[in-house]
Amino acid sequence: MDLFEYQARDLFERHGVPVLRGIVATTPEEARRAAEELGTNVVVVKAQVKVGGRGKAGGVKLARSPEEAEQHARAILGMDIKGHTVNTVMIAEGADIADEYYFSLLLDRANRTYLAMFSLEGGVEIETLAEERPEALIRAAVDPRTGLDESVARRIAEEADFPVELRDQFVNVLVTLGDVYREADATLVEVNPLVKTGDGRIIALDGKVTLDDNADFRHPDRAELVDEAAIDPLELRAAEKHLNYVKLDGEVGIIGNGAGLVMSTLDVVAYAGEDLPGTPTPANFLDIGGGASAQVMADGLDIILSDPKVEAVFVNVFGGITACSEVAKGIRGALEQLGDKASKPIVVRLDGNAVEVGREILTEYNHPLVTVVETMDEAARTAAERASEALSSSSTSGRN
Amino acid sequence: MAIWLDRSSKVLVQGMTGTEGRKHTARMLGFGTRIVAGVTPGKGGQSVSFEEDPIPVFDSVAEAKEATGATVSVVFVPPKFAKAAVLDAVSAGLDLVVVITEGIPVADTAEFRAAAQEAGVRVIGPNCPGIISPGQSNVGIIPPNIAGPGRIGLVSKSGTLTYQMMFELGDIGFTTCVGIGGDPIIGTTHIDCLQAFQDDPDTDVIVMIGEIGGDAEERAADYIREHVTKPVIGYVAGFTAPEGKTMGHAGAIVSGSSGTAQAKKEALEAAGVRVGKTPSETAALAREAYENR
Repeated sequence: MDLFEYQARDLFERHGVPVLRGIVATTPEEARRAAEELGTNVVVVKAQVKVGGRGKAGGVKLARSPEEAEQHARAILGMDIKGHTVNTVMIAEGADIADEYYFSLLLDRANRTYLAMFSLEGGVEIETLAEERPEALIRAAVDPRTGLDESVARRIAEEADFPVELRDQFVNVLVTLGDVYREADATLVEVNPLVKTGDGRIIALDGKVTLDDNADFRHPDRAELVDEAAIDPLELRAAEKHLNYVKLDGEVGIIGNGAGLVMSTLDVVAYAGEDLPGTPTPANFLDIGGGASAQVMADGLDIILSDPKVEAVFVNVFGGITACSEVAKGIRGALEQLGDKASKPIVVRLDGNAVEVGREILTEYNHPLVTVVETMDEAARTAAERASEALSSSSTSGRN
Repeated sequence: MAIWLDRSSKVLVQGMTGTEGRKHTARMLGFGTRIVAGVTPGKGGQSVSFEEDPIPVFDSVAEAKEATGATVSVVFVPPKFAKAAVLDAVSAGLDLVVVITEGIPVADTAEFRAAAQEAGVRVIGPNCPGIISPGQSNVGIIPPNIAGPGRIGLVSKSGTLTYQMMFELGDIGFTTCVGIGGDPIIGTTHIDCLQAFQDDPDTDVIVMIGEIGGDAEERAADYIREHVTKPVIGYVAGFTAPEGKTMGHAGAIVSGSSGTAQAKKEALEAAGVRVGKTPSETAALAREAYENR
């Protein structure tokens, strides 16, 4: 899960990373009151979105009075930044910035360890810096067993030739950010910019933090960080049923078992739809995992059929340890449970363990909506065709 | 021959006394895997009875190894206890630790991975289906009856795609199939498997299945160009995955320009790997490579 800047700021503050005061607001009036409460000559109104480049998009503005803060907040709230709607702004103290640096600590997948990066040239797009002036970006491997400790921080300070008089303070800030990374179970802690103020203080002026969802069990308070407004309502409902569902844009609902097989199913359906009228594409990713019981199947179908765009459903299951006969019974049970709610054609492909029995169960059940097809490619084509037919007939009736 | 696991491998099960551990131990025994011990801290001295003789349970991997000569462990313990379990197996100096557990915090994996590397212990997983050398031994949860022994080596990030590919090429058969898992940090990579299959005289063709996220496939492509002379057939899942959405596996996410299926496919093809567009096309390419070997 990615955090908003204000959530990262709060997290930093709790761990003792120096930050500036900041107050969130969801209305222009709240923004004015926040500026009044901060009471500084200058405040900054910052759009809270989980995407980079908000400054360029006009989502960060200086205000010299509470009234000006209110005006800026009015302009920024509701703004669309790269597809993200701004629902919240943070009103932050203004800072007297002397220097801007870059710092991050993240998971290094390639080397299977952690990586700390630092540059004296902060405040810019780090990807650009890494490409154009790689020598300006210091990279230090961090052993996951010790974390970003003092020795690593000192090495970075030396390599960067960080101002000697501020070195102890700098090392302390880095080690504290390392504590945040470890204690919060983060996979990314980025501070851009990390600044030096005119009076020689080092402060994290912005923060980007990604938390490891697998570690939620160690952080019972984490649920309140979730931004439910940004989650698709169907994804929320699926999460409540412990289903691994991702909403996409197309018309063919997909259910499968195993993340890789489902991803592959999306691809095969998209290929099949390429040349068909209306070019149907996958409507979702839904991995029902190993079990595929009637209840899980019913929950899955229910979610998919609640998506008004869905015109056909493709159930693609490879019976590994779960027998296909059980999966077939699951589909039958699901359809009985759903009754009239099941209203779209369902194409089923089963393979693997006890496949004959599974197909037989569905053939005998002989449900008008269910078609059993033998191979994955053929089944994908059939499902895409069903969706395409529905799309063309609805567009025809639309014209009439 | 096979890689890393054969009929002589003695296997212990960490978490054998739990529901999942017990279920899959029975399944592995049914296949013929030589399961010699279970390990559950606090339950040492007990035993678990399956169809044959009861299998003794030990408090630690070191004790189990000492008493039974086990060299391989398979881990079924819940995420909360997984790090301790793997570190126990690593410090006991086993050859291979297969971690089936899904949902382990990546910080824990990073830690036990570093310890394993230092100790020279091979870890497969976490969040993986395990490893099978058909006709010899099966460690993990791969269904045993999909494919028999043969001369293809298979490495895959995904469980069910592994099964699908084994199923499609079941008549040719496999030396070893390795499910390496889809987490951001894993113990054994595509490259490790490519190297082992290249060195295995009984493997003629290598099939490698990847998916979106990270750059493991790109690095594998570089490795293949330099070091692999056997034919490699590739498949990458997730061409239509949108940016920023995690597709089931914690590691399967396209971020910005990196991690896309298209980039992986291009890198592999540039290294001379034929890449199938679908699982069935991939199987057909593998079949062709096998027939022309």
